[in-house]
Amino acid sequence: MDLTLVAQGLLNGLLGGGVYSLMAVGLTLIFGVMRVVNVAHGDMMVWGMYLAWLLATRLSVDPYLGFVVCAAALFVLGWLVQRGLVDRVVEAPHETQILLMLGVGLVLENLALMVFGPDPQRVRSPLAQATLWLGPVFVDLARLVTFGLALGLTLALYLFLTRTGLGRAMRATADNAYGALVVGTDVRRVYAAAFGIGAACVGAAGALVSPILPFQPSGGLAASVTSFNIVIIGGMGSFGGAFVGGLLVSVAESLGAIFLAPAMKELVSFSLLIAILLFRPAGLFGRRA
Amino acid sequence: MPRRGWIVLVGLAVLIALPALLGSYLVTVFILVFFYGYLGQAWNILAGYGGQLSAGHAAFLGVGAYTATLLAMHAGLSPWLGMFAGAGAAGLLGALIGALAFRFGVRGFYFVLLTVGFAEVCRIVALNTDAVGGALGLYITFTGDPRQLQFRDNRAYYYVALGLMVLATAVTGLVERSRLGTYLRALREDEDAAEALGVDTFRVKLLAIVLSAALTGLGGAFYANYLFSLQPNAVFGIPLSVDIIIRPVVGGAGTIWGPLLGSLILSPLAELSRTYFASGGLAGTHLVVYGFLLIAVVLLLPRGAYPELVRLWGRMTAKGR
Repeated sequence: MDLTLVAQGLLNGLLGGGVYSLMAVGLTLIFGVMRVVNVAHGDMMVWGMYLAWLLATRLSVDPYLGFVVCAAALFVLGWLVQRGLVDRVVEAPHETQILLMLGVGLVLENLALMVFGPDPQRVRSPLAQATLWLGPVFVDLARLVTFGLALGLTLALYLFLTRTGLGRAMRATADNAYGALVVGTDVRRVYAAAFGIGAACVGAAGALVSPILPFQPSGGLAASVTSFNIVIIGGMGSFGGAFVGGLLVSVAESLGAIFLAPAMKELVSFSLLIAILLFRPAGLFGRRA
Repeated sequence: MPRRGWIVLVGLAVLIALPALLGSYLVTVFILVFFYGYLGQAWNILAGYGGQLSAGHAAFLGVGAYTATLLAMHAGLSPWLGMFAGAGAAGLLGALIGALAFRFGVRGFYFVLLTVGFAEVCRIVALNTDAVGGALGLYITFTGDPRQLQFRDNRAYYYVALGLMVLATAVTGLVERSRLGTYLRALREDEDAAEALGVDTFRVKLLAIVLSAALTGLGGAFYANYLFSLQPNAVFGIPLSVDIIIRPVVGGAGTIWGPLLGSLILSPLAELSRTYFASGGLAGTHLVVYGFLLIAVVLLLPRGAYPELVRLWGRMTAKGR
């Protein structure tokens, strides 16, 4: 057992957890506020990745700057999707919402397929070349910056939710939508904002990850499932749970990749998901909906 | 016989006579309409009538297909018999999933995710197990031998597919009229209320999933001997599960004709799209259309096309009101 390898795995896992947390926080915000599961979450992330790619290749904008644009674009997408589509099924049974978001996911994924083709892409960033050495372990500068930015965004979101009026309105709506309505909250606006922010989170996450990992349209499903995994482990609707869950899952995956064959990594993820769904669906911090 | 019975019989007679009039390509389109109609009907039992949305139904087809094919390869068992073994294996998987899920009260979105999880586990296991072909999967040699469920003439496949669809529809019809069907619909509407009224929801749901899974697995042998190749990513994958779901949802889940209507609408579309768009950058076109259709149906025709058509027909034939 090579301790250096384990330490490296831990470090990489921790760094990757920043992005995972960001993805999960976006998903849990949407669920927490309006009890809708964004099945298209991963497909939105893929669009974040491709937008970053477009910015980098057509306009020479580094993804570490371009992620802001990606976040904004996905925010608009999320807002429109919520206002135009999700709003009509907020009161509908879960199956209807799931099928609707499945449709949205299908459209997003396959539009990306039509526009960008099926081959994996990658974004070149000058940061991706640099490596820092901390004793026996090394850190990709790109991963470090990604981690830092993702963490920063998560923190910004936390401050938004706790310090601003709209953020408070969102938390109120998440707690009790009817109550929030009664005290004068524009619930529809809160819903749209929440969905937009959730989409923006995952769009930014996609942009931040684009210099590190190759991506393709079909990657949406894996990203969605990872997000669900994390959110379920952490507890649906719990911000803290999504954050901690993101780090946990990333570290677990990273260590798993060291000790197990790469194919087994996915197997572990899904087995973990099944186990959580059966034995502790409320997750670590979740309130039972 | 009631009028509806006559309509069904006439329809069936037309379908039986059709291959004599159609060219090979159209026969292929109909094979797909029937096969996906059959798959959708099997799914319908669990998800349409029972309200338990399964997004991993491809796993049952895959298990059925692999079982039948492996038995044919290693034990020389004819797929005509192997398909029942496939159904059995798929039913067992359904029982496993059902027993776990329903014992632990996994519902709604969590159940959807659970089925996805199981399907993906099946896919990954098959992908990494060399004994079942691994990533390359299994290739079935073409012999054209009817005893191996293979035919040189497309029209024979047509009749097998038609048979599967008729069987699935008959089973669904029986379920719909039975006590099981009533219990299923009750727990679909409100599981807790049904439980409170004395329905053994665990047993009912378990029965539904086993029936649905076994029925789906039955077609595995057909699938294997029609396509001549079984690959884990194709036969266990989410895209196939989506294909299975979307037809009954568009056509009308929870009705007996919905899945068939949905397949009639969507399967030719998919086949046309594959034929004309598959080359070049339009590979995902029919799936984009699927997505839009799904959105449109969910928002505008939430009960599916068939119930809306029935409603329209009722309005048109209600005279003077």
